[in-house]
Amino acid sequence: MRIAISDDALAIACGADKLAEAFAKAAPDAEIVRTSSWGMQWLEPLVDIDGMGFGPATPGDVAAILDGSSDKAIGKIEDHPFIAKQQRLTFARAGKTQPLSLEDYSETGGWAGLKKAHEIGPEATIEMVTESGLRGRGGAGFPAGIKWKTVAGAIADQKYIVCNADEGDSGTFADRMLMEGDPYCLIEGMAIAGHAVGATKGYIYLRSEYPHAVAKMDAAIKASAHLVSPFELEVRVGAGAYVCGEETSLLNSLEGKRGEVRAKPPLPALEGLFGKPTVVNNVLTLAAVPYVLAEGAKAYADYGMGRSRGTMPVQLAGNIKHGGLYEIAFGITLGELVEEIGGGTDSGRPVKAVQVGGPLGAYFPPSMFHLPFDYEAFTEADGLIGHGGIVVFDDTADMLNQAHFAMEFCAVESCGKCTPCRIGAVRGQETLERIRAGGRGAGAFEALPQMHNAKSAERSLEDEVVLLTDLCETMKFGSLCALGGFTPYPVMSALTHWPEDFGIRETEAAE
Amino acid sequence: MTTATTTNTQRENPRLDEIIAAHQGREAPLMPILNDVQAEFGCVSEDTKRHIAEALNLTRAEVHGMVSFYHDYHETKATLPILKLCRAEACQSRGSEALAAKAEAMANGRAEIESVYCLGLCSVGPNAMIGGSVHARLDEPALEALIREL
Repeated sequence: MRIAISDDALAIACGADKLAEAFAKAAPDAEIVRTSSWGMQWLEPLVDIDGMGFGPATPGDVAAILDGSSDKAIGKIEDHPFIAKQQRLTFARAGKTQPLSLEDYSETGGWAGLKKAHEIGPEATIEMVTESGLRGRGGAGFPAGIKWKTVAGAIADQKYIVCNADEGDSGTFADRMLMEGDPYCLIEGMAIAGHAVGATKGYIYLRSEYPHAVAKMDAAIKASAHLVSPFELEVRVGAGAYVCGEETSLLNSLEGKRGEVRAKPPLPALEGLFGKPTVVNNVLTLAAVPYVLAEGAKAYADYGMGRSRGTMPVQLAGNIKHGGLYEIAFGITLGELVEEIGGGTDSGRPVKAVQVGGPLGAYFPPSMFHLPFDYEAFTEADGLIGHGGIVVFDDTADMLNQAHFAMEFCAVESCGKCTPCRIGAVRGQETLERIRAGGRGAGAFEALPQMHNAKSAERSLEDEVVLLTDLCETMKFGSLCALGGFTPYPVMSALTHWPEDFGIRETEAAE
Repeated sequence: MTTATTTNTQRENPRLDEIIAAHQGREAPLMPILNDVQAEFGCVSEDTKRHIAEALNLTRAEVHGMVSFYHDYHETKATLPILKLCRAEACQSRGSEALAAKAEAMANGRAEIESVYCLGLCSVGPNAMIGGSVHARLDEPALEALIREL
């Protein structure tokens, strides 16, 4: 009997370690292994006994699970609708292998991509990545092949591959799951990138909130060093700054500096880490590469729609009944993801809003659930896919509060380099507070003699809304990076779709 | 060897010298050093900043700039154990704000409650982190139990 329980941080947070101990005690003859997570997070800790699943299990369920009388049985895991309908390319090993087992990795097709890259050479490797249509999964959606080609074409004594694993967006956990569940896949992807562009050194910038991922990556790098040599890899741990997920800020942080954003140009591809040509890619981008090389560009590009090719590991989070990792080709609608797959809210109340793409992503109402998951479609709808996280809110959410939080978060996390973000976020909070109060009376502060340019008359709610809209416009187009530039998305989408939460009556909103 | 030098402003600290020496040969050693110092001593004190600056041939301002920029670094050591409660959107949608409002009273001198923005456990919140351990599906009794165990 093989009993598999995940050692993913989420499973552990839900009690997987204690459960594994209980099984070891109750079934001393069984082989107990710790695998990656299937991604059915509402069922964690999920017990996998020879392919049959039981969850969410507690130590109290152990006896019943072993004697077959448990009501936590979910049947064969691979046939579960949540798993069976997915198209898992990047997460093909999820739930099946032991994360740090080199044996498991090579038996499931590991290193085939790197071997292929060595066979066909750097130029053909970049060609394949370009043809696959793979775009940066961190949020910007920039074609990976073009970035690689730029770095490959640059002449320098040293080049770098930097993996952005600073997954700070709320509602996203795919990077964490990949690093904890299939670390060699990321290592292989980075080694392929290194081979393709002529870089011998790679850094993984990993956030400090992910200690389990840090431990796994460190161990995996050590165990696989001989397989990717002469390419060398190192994990660098962040220190709790959200803005370091922005690529130029990340590079500064890697250099041991404050995580302040750099102006572009120069592009990091030409002058990146320590001023050298650098590929900066997200975990999911790099982890998709081994599949592209092993199975061919066409195999990957056959999935998806429009200019969004391949699959996206979508993360279903927040107040959702069936939360977890759902990897699927681009083109699935938001409604399918939230209602059909996610099963609606966990609280059982109606869905009010979903935020797609983390703290900088727009809020969408159910009336927009027809939107297909596609970079261009979301941009057109004044939103973004970001890193593919979907956070569901039920009807108790107050969208003015959410807009205020977006500004507050931006103010706390702003690196301070550019004015629209640093000051705009603070003014945004204040404006939203005045909107909550329904406007403000004639200002005492503005009546001071030195404030001779300020408008001292009272401001109505409508005046405040105009101010907020104007401020958001300034932040969107005037900020150096996506933190200040995208904070208007959650704010303006909340205002547009739920004006009643801002105290605006419907007739006014329609005007 | 600059690592062993001492100045009037800083006490001898062999462990600090060990940390610096362990990273000094790497590219951009400052952040790994600060991470280890924070983990080991619970803060990056003024003396420590000066010592690190001297060892790495940086100005004190450069090191201070790092310490003041990153949320993980603290100038003084916390006297109580720290519980980091996630307050990001996904946890908000699952009731973290109501929990946070009561957390301070629950901690009542036993623990320091800090906010953290996303632990990557976004479908099973509200979540918390204590040191390197993570805890999910928290409600009031579960959070109270966690605090009691601190």
